[in-house]
Amino acid sequence: MTSKICAVIDYGMGNLHSASKALEHAHTNTQVIVTSDPETILKADHVVLPGVGAMRDCMGEIKRMGVDQVVAEVAKTKPLLGICVGMQALMHHSEENGGVECLKHFDGEVKYFGDNLIETQGTQTGEKLKVPHMGWNQVSQQAHPMWNDIEDNSRFYFVHSYYVNAQNKNQIKGHGHYGKDFAAAIGQDNIFAVQFHPEKSHTAGLQLLKNFLEWDGQA
Amino acid sequence: MDNGRVVKGVQFVDIRDAGDPVVVAKRYDEQGADEITFLDITASHHGRDTTIHMVEAIAEQVFIPLTVGGGIRTVEDIRNMLNAGADKTAINSAAIYNPEFVKEAAEKFGSQCIVIAIDAKKVSGEGEPNKWEIFTHGGRKPTGIDVVEWAVKMTNYGAGEVLLTSMDQDGVKNGFDIELTRAVSEAVNVPVIASGGVGNLQHLADGVTEGKADAVLAASIFHFGEHTVQEAKEHMQSQGIEVRL
Repeated sequence: MTSKICAVIDYGMGNLHSASKALEHAHTNTQVIVTSDPETILKADHVVLPGVGAMRDCMGEIKRMGVDQVVAEVAKTKPLLGICVGMQALMHHSEENGGVECLKHFDGEVKYFGDNLIETQGTQTGEKLKVPHMGWNQVSQQAHPMWNDIEDNSRFYFVHSYYVNAQNKNQIKGHGHYGKDFAAAIGQDNIFAVQFHPEKSHTAGLQLLKNFLEWDGQA
Repeated sequence: MDNGRVVKGVQFVDIRDAGDPVVVAKRYDEQGADEITFLDITASHHGRDTTIHMVEAIAEQVFIPLTVGGGIRTVEDIRNMLNAGADKTAINSAAIYNPEFVKEAAEKFGSQCIVIAIDAKKVSGEGEPNKWEIFTHGGRKPTGIDVVEWAVKMTNYGAGEVLLTSMDQDGVKNGFDIELTRAVSEAVNVPVIASGGVGNLQHLADGVTEGKADAVLAASIFHFGEHTVQEAKEHMQSQGIEVRL
C-alpha cells in the first residue's frame, strides 16, 4: 500500500504538535505534514483545518495567508476535517470579537455560551456552569463513517467558550450538551468538523482520526 | 446517564516522583486518567533540556491533555513546553514576582493553556473567619497574598485554570482542604483542580461533591500502587459523580 499524505494547515494559530503526533499515531501509513504551503495542501490526500484562539485573529490569518481559497479548493474534493476553532471557521459567521464573518461552508452561526450559563437537565440542573467549557463530554452520534468503531455517547475532550448552532439540523453528526444543546460534530459530503479535540481524546479520539485517514469522503 | 453531560470528576495524576515519567504517564493513560500534570520540582536551568525531552517523549505516547509546570518563568519557557507537546503550562512563583507575566502569556498563547498554580496555607486561627495565604519556597516563605483574591486576579488576567494545592494537607493524606477548595472554586469562573491531601478514594469524591472542584489531582495513592485510576473513577461514579469510564 502506498503511503498517503495528510496536510495539517498551519496558519500560525496555536500549536499543531499534538494534532500531527496523534494523526501519525492513529495511522502509521500516513505521512503527516504541517504546512501553510497551498501547493502541498492541494496535493495531500487528506486535509486538517485546526485552530485555537480568538476567531478574529484566526480569520485574519486565514485570509492573509490565502487559506480561505485553499480550503475552498480542498472542500470540493478531498476529505477535510475541521477541529475546534477550525470547525467554527467553517460556519457562516461568529459572534466572537463583536462579530466575524467566517468561511461559510456551513449555514449557522458560532455563539457564546454566555456568562450566566445554567444547567437545564440531569443531575446538575440549576447549577451555574463555568465558561470556557473544559472537560470530557459525551457525544451522541448520527450515522457517519467517521464514527466507525466508536461507541455511541463516547466522551471527548472539549475546550471552548463558543459553540456551533447549525442551521441545517441534518448536518449535525454529533450532539453535545453543556447547559444547552450544541453541534459537537457537523458534516456534509467530504467535510467533517468537530468541536472537541480528537487529538486529546484518548482511544475514541485516535479512532476518529484513524477513521478520517481511512475515509474516502463519501458520507 | 444522560447524553452529552459534562464530566466533573476529571482525574489528574501528578507524576513528579514516580520513577520513569514516560512509563508512568503511559500507565496512567492506559488506566483512564483524563489529564496528566507533570511538575518538574527541580526545574533548574541545568535540567531544562531533560524536562523538554521528557515532555516530548510523553506527548508522543499519551493522547490526553498534558500540563507541565515547574520553573515556567518566561514566554520562551512556555513556547518550549508547548512545542515539546504540552497542552498547558502551570505558572506558580513567576506570577507572584511579576503578575503581568500571566497576562502576557494568556494573550500570547490563549487562556486555555495557562494554568495558575497556587500553593496555599491556612493562616486564620481557630474561630476566626477562614483565610489562606500564598507561600513560596516549599511553604517556608509567606507572601502576604490572599489566596482567594489572587485566584480571582489571576483568572481576570487570563489564566484559564487554577491548580490549587493545600500545603497544610499535602502529603498528610487526610483529604483536600475542602473549605479552601470551595472558596476558590466559587470565586472564579474557570475550572479549579484540587490537589494535596488525597489518602483514599473517598477524598477524591469529596473534593468534587463538597469542595466543588472541577477536577481532582492525586499522586501518591496511584504512584505506590494503592489504587488504579480506574478504581478511583468507579468509586467517584458510585457517589453520583459523572466520570469517563
